[in-house]
Amino acid sequence: MKTMVTGSGSNLLPTGHARIESMEMRGIVKRFPGVLAVDHVDFDVHAGEVHALLGENGAGKSTLMKVLYGLYQPNEGEILINGQHATIKSPADAIAQGIGMVHQHFMLVPSLTVAENVALGLRSSREPLLDLDIVAQRIVELAKTYGLQVDPLAPVWQLAVGEQQRVEIIKALYRGAALLILDEPTAVLTPQEVDDLFGTLHQMVRDGHALIFISHKLHEVLAISDRVTVLRDGRKVGEIPTREATKESLARMMVGREVVFRYERSAVQVGPPLLKIENLWARSDRNTDALRGVNLEIRAGEILGLAGVSGNGQRELAEALFGLRPATQGRVLIAGEDVTGKDPATLNRLGISYIPEERMIDGVITDFTVAENLILQTHGDRPFSSSIFLRPGQIARRCTQLIENFNIRTPSQETLIKSLSGGNIQKLVLARELSRNPRVLIAAQPTRGVDIGATEYIHQRLLDQRAKGTATLLISEDLDEIMALADRIAVIYEGEIVGVVDRGEATVEQLGLMMAGVHAGQA
Amino acid sequence: MIDQLLDSSVLIGIAASGIRLATPYLYAAIGETFGQRSGVLNLGVEGIMLMGAFSGFWAVYHTGSLLAGVLIALLAGLLMGLGTAFINVTLKAEQGISGIGIYLFGLGLSDLLFQQSFDSVVTVNGFPRIHVPVLSRIPVLGEIFFQHNLLVYIAFGLVPVAWFVLNRTTLGLKIRAVGQNPQAADAMGISVARVRYFTVILGAMLAAIAGASLSIALLNVFQQNMTAGQGFIAVALVYFGSWRPFGVMAGALLFSTVNALQLWVRTKGIDIPAEYASMAPYLLTILALVLASQRVDQPAALTKPFERGE
Repeated sequence: MKTMVTGSGSNLLPTGHARIESMEMRGIVKRFPGVLAVDHVDFDVHAGEVHALLGENGAGKSTLMKVLYGLYQPNEGEILINGQHATIKSPADAIAQGIGMVHQHFMLVPSLTVAENVALGLRSSREPLLDLDIVAQRIVELAKTYGLQVDPLAPVWQLAVGEQQRVEIIKALYRGAALLILDEPTAVLTPQEVDDLFGTLHQMVRDGHALIFISHKLHEVLAISDRVTVLRDGRKVGEIPTREATKESLARMMVGREVVFRYERSAVQVGPPLLKIENLWARSDRNTDALRGVNLEIRAGEILGLAGVSGNGQRELAEALFGLRPATQGRVLIAGEDVTGKDPATLNRLGISYIPEERMIDGVITDFTVAENLILQTHGDRPFSSSIFLRPGQIARRCTQLIENFNIRTPSQETLIKSLSGGNIQKLVLARELSRNPRVLIAAQPTRGVDIGATEYIHQRLLDQRAKGTATLLISEDLDEIMALADRIAVIYEGEIVGVVDRGEATVEQLGLMMAGVHAGQA
Repeated sequence: MIDQLLDSSVLIGIAASGIRLATPYLYAAIGETFGQRSGVLNLGVEGIMLMGAFSGFWAVYHTGSLLAGVLIALLAGLLMGLGTAFINVTLKAEQGISGIGIYLFGLGLSDLLFQQSFDSVVTVNGFPRIHVPVLSRIPVLGEIFFQHNLLVYIAFGLVPVAWFVLNRTTLGLKIRAVGQNPQAADAMGISVARVRYFTVILGAMLAAIAGASLSIALLNVFQQNMTAGQGFIAVALVYFGSWRPFGVMAGALLFSTVNALQLWVRTKGIDIPAEYASMAPYLLTILALVLASQRVDQPAALTKPFERGE
């Protein structure tokens, strides 16, 4: 920091490290067993610009960037930095070249402090002893320069998600990152935190950093980037300057067809309350109070959206409602009947369906076939079983029907779940849960990691279910999804409902403040 | 029995032998602490201790040099550690199972080598007791703390050193990070494999010294399976001590003192069946582990092989 030079004319960054004027990836190919993840992709970025990398889940964005960061070795292609061929065999090589990466799932050690996380793997000035005081001091300087407020002495597990992301950025800057890759950085942030992040990114660009911004959120790409490259199925389908792009044109490139952003919401006569949650308390896996007196009521034919930053009790609420986590206090009523503490099988019979957040863990058995997964709850009932033996004919007939009705793309009923795409697995879960025509549906993150096509489909089915009179609790971290589907929107913060707003009255700004814990009245 | 026990010379004797008996546990458990902090559970400690015990004994018998005994034991530990690390880190074996294999290998090989090398039971002149000048003459304390052999002192000296290395050095930070979140460490340019090889080999070398401390310092003989489960206890002590060197030391002392007590009970011929007495330390260990399991500071990546890009 002693040699700090500012101004866009110099070839040093404010951190004192050299700029990367240009980085070029040429003809990158990355194969995994049975999959061509990245297929001859060219990608480049220059100092002082944000180049967005857009694509659906599984389009190859993260794979391409992991090649750049040395986590994967490409099968073909080369990387040029400032016109020179660069060999990047590991993250250590990438860091040495001035490349940093903020991963989608943060690469932090929760039990260590911020300073320890930053110092990790760096040479200390007092080798072999640590020099955490010096590191902490530099963190404070960097934080000031880039508007990234963090306490260097705080253990990381105590930090909010937004703060953890700032630690990730500081970690990269500390190592002299001139080129920073941000993999889906906004997925875990409130709208206000997104604004703060964009402020930091703008400053970095002004200072001469090169930024790669990976996202599947169109409006964010339009807001932050200078250029957009779109990937689909591992191939580059286009590259355009952002000012020439629109939401519709980018969506078309991404999906390969026209995409509807508006859904048909029929007017539905709201019925009596079907799900009532009264003063519900539950503990997290860490044995802290994750739910602290939740009160909610959902009526027949209504979708209640539950918004909030991840980790504020959403998972615990869904699990407590579905009997997977004991409630320490309070009651859950289904159509007036107290079901607190009942097990999932009983709740299934009472007409509750559950679309779990972790579909690969809680939603399906990955080593079972499509057919087996479709009858997980009903395999013991007629007509699928004759009290002892399964009846394959009946099962097959039913599965054919569901596969068709729910548009599940699978080679056969005997295909193992693990070889299906995320979107198709989610459609399968949806088919299983909705085919029982539930009175109450708990849908936790129903479209996370699902491609746009399947997302559209799932949204439409949730609205159809609403029209049939189901009471739906839609738990989502995606505000766009909630604003598109919900009749009322509740916001959860640290295990409490901050407020409930009607669909017509909700604004992104207000919800964002509520997600940060500001009550509806104050917001 | 109680009045006999309350005799001061008996109490001093039990305390002193508690400290002495803690030695093998300390070496093995401190070594295992390093491995586990980096995410590798080595259940083969017992086998490595046996190899250390035999090779140290063999070297002292043939050369008469205690230094040679220690060095050869260290070498045996290094080789066993290299094998363990290769199996657990490079081949990514299931650690709960591979450890049993390493134990049985060490058990069998040490016995085989012993039978090939010696016809009858022999003894060696092991590490002599050192009476620390001045300090050893303090009444009571001197007898308890300052009349032990060199390996006892080194074992206790190792505890603060291990604490310092883990908490105050860049190496320690790497070890902790690799054990908690190897993906994060890898993304920061740290070689997870290299750190784990280091800790596993270090742990094995200390385990070998733990074995040698039995065969060339405490007992001065070698017998088949002479460690009799001490390596497994050492693994348990790491959990007991919550992966902290001083906690591990407290556990080792508690365990060895109970052990010293039951040895005394047995020699006195008091009318408790000897089997009950010898069960006591193990029951204590199980109890302590159940209590310790409430804690959450276990290295998050313990027993999980590292695969890049998951």
